[in-house]
Amino acid sequence: MTAEAAPETTPIKPAPRTKRGWELIYRHSWPVRITHWVNVLCVILLLMSGMQIFNAHPTLYWGNAGNQNDPYMFAIYAEEREVGPPIGWLEFGSLKLDTTGYLGVSIDRDGYPSGRAFPYWLTIPTYQSLAEGRRWHFFFAWLFLANGLAYWIYGFWARHFQRDLKPTGSDLRNIGRSILDHVKFKHARGDDAKRYNVLQKLAYIAMIFIVLPLMILTGLTMSPGVNAFVPWMLDLFGGRQSARALHFFAAAAILIFIFVHIVEVILSGFFNEMRSIVTGWFAVRPEDAKAKESEP
Amino acid sequence: MIGDLSRMIITRRTALTGVMGSLLLAGCDRLSASPTFAKLLETAERLNKTGQRVVLSSNRPLARVYSKSDISLNFKANGTVRPVSPDYRKHQEESFANWKLEIGGLVKNPLSLSLEEIRAMPSRTQITRHDCVEGWSAIGEWTGVPLSTLLERAELMPNVRYILFRCADDLTNSRDGSGLYYETIDLVDAFHPQTILAHQMNGETLSVPHGAPIRVRIERQLGYKMAKYIMRIEAVEEFSKIGLGRGGFWEDRGYEWYAGI
Repeated sequence: MTAEAAPETTPIKPAPRTKRGWELIYRHSWPVRITHWVNVLCVILLLMSGMQIFNAHPTLYWGNAGNQNDPYMFAIYAEEREVGPPIGWLEFGSLKLDTTGYLGVSIDRDGYPSGRAFPYWLTIPTYQSLAEGRRWHFFFAWLFLANGLAYWIYGFWARHFQRDLKPTGSDLRNIGRSILDHVKFKHARGDDAKRYNVLQKLAYIAMIFIVLPLMILTGLTMSPGVNAFVPWMLDLFGGRQSARALHFFAAAAILIFIFVHIVEVILSGFFNEMRSIVTGWFAVRPEDAKAKESEP
Repeated sequence: MIGDLSRMIITRRTALTGVMGSLLLAGCDRLSASPTFAKLLETAERLNKTGQRVVLSSNRPLARVYSKSDISLNFKANGTVRPVSPDYRKHQEESFANWKLEIGGLVKNPLSLSLEEIRAMPSRTQITRHDCVEGWSAIGEWTGVPLSTLLERAELMPNVRYILFRCADDLTNSRDGSGLYYETIDLVDAFHPQTILAHQMNGETLSVPHGAPIRVRIERQLGYKMAKYIMRIEAVEEFSKIGLGRGGFWEDRGYEWYAGI
């Protein structure tokens, strides 16, 4: 009716479709795509240089202080033996795991067992260098912070967070169904595929508003200079060594998130997901894929 | 046959991932060792320093002080724990009775103080946390003379920008003295009220592993800035011609001059 009343307006363009006839939607705006890939670079390099830094003193404590003579909560170390190669151990509370080959003791580049917490192929640089590890870490920490702030500001300003990430009431009521879908590896179709599911929303929110800020704040709390300026951060995290432990565990949480994220990308259609985070365009799997696919 | 083929493809893919991975790692190593790239990464140190200097430039705020019950039972002594130079050994045997702290460089009144004289000066006692660049922390009680007292008495020339500590320990066991420990700090840290030349730790005379006869405490910095076994303090305008020119023993070995994080 309105179209007839105003014939001079441009006609509504039909939604672009893939060759298979799937509807293409513009899912990721360019600020989201750019900050995503800058984040990929930063997080990978921060994790790897972080493991290099951890290797300089691979023990975690709770409280203000802690050094080699104190009780610890977490440690990765090599146990030298009189006979036979050394054993790599991971200790976490009362748990003690033999991690020889991966953690504590691993094969170095020359093919010999070497006593280091994280193996050379996980650290930047591959050789032991706390000084160089710190250099990488602080540079990419600043880039990570700048990128994260840009993303935050954009997310609120463009209402990306409010519109796309905030769970709705019906989302939360149907969380049970979403959990079931995940357990069955069932992925959304049709209109449901045009928006994030509730578990996805909660995971993103947890990363964006809890885990990643926690990384920055616990990192800063390890600085004696920052401690003098904002001493309450020491109290917030329970001391400098607690902040260091939380920094490590939050990094582990990021690693778990990345793993699940990549698995989901692969399961829900690797090519389509990659296209959407590179070009912005995402193809929506129709409600009844078979029927649509059989159409000429 | 198909099984073999898929296995072969998997192995090829795994091998490819392996090759790509090691190429990336090798690339990172080469970047890491490249001076140009190091310069780029070091811009972060400037940000750390500028950021912290903006908020810490006044003599306040102070580093957190702890209570007696927080003192670490086993405060790790790091770096050199027993200097071996004949000079130092002689002072140690004499309980530093003939040792003198020289304060010179760009000052109007060079000073030469015995340990007795330093101990007799008004002192400050503080229980603070020591953070090693490696990641561990320990809490100790330190008693010593504020560095500002000595610098005011020596009267700095107007062009002084840094305070240099020359130490007795040679961590690399070099024969030519090129491995002698030294450190530099700027005047903001030098005149901070908690920056003291400590001669006591946990209520006792400072022990050799912890830096006897005196070590400096710079409470908003990492441990490696807090030189032990101090023999001489100099007021300087720049440090580019001292050691390898980066301002300290560990700085010459790649660590940041500003060690506030």
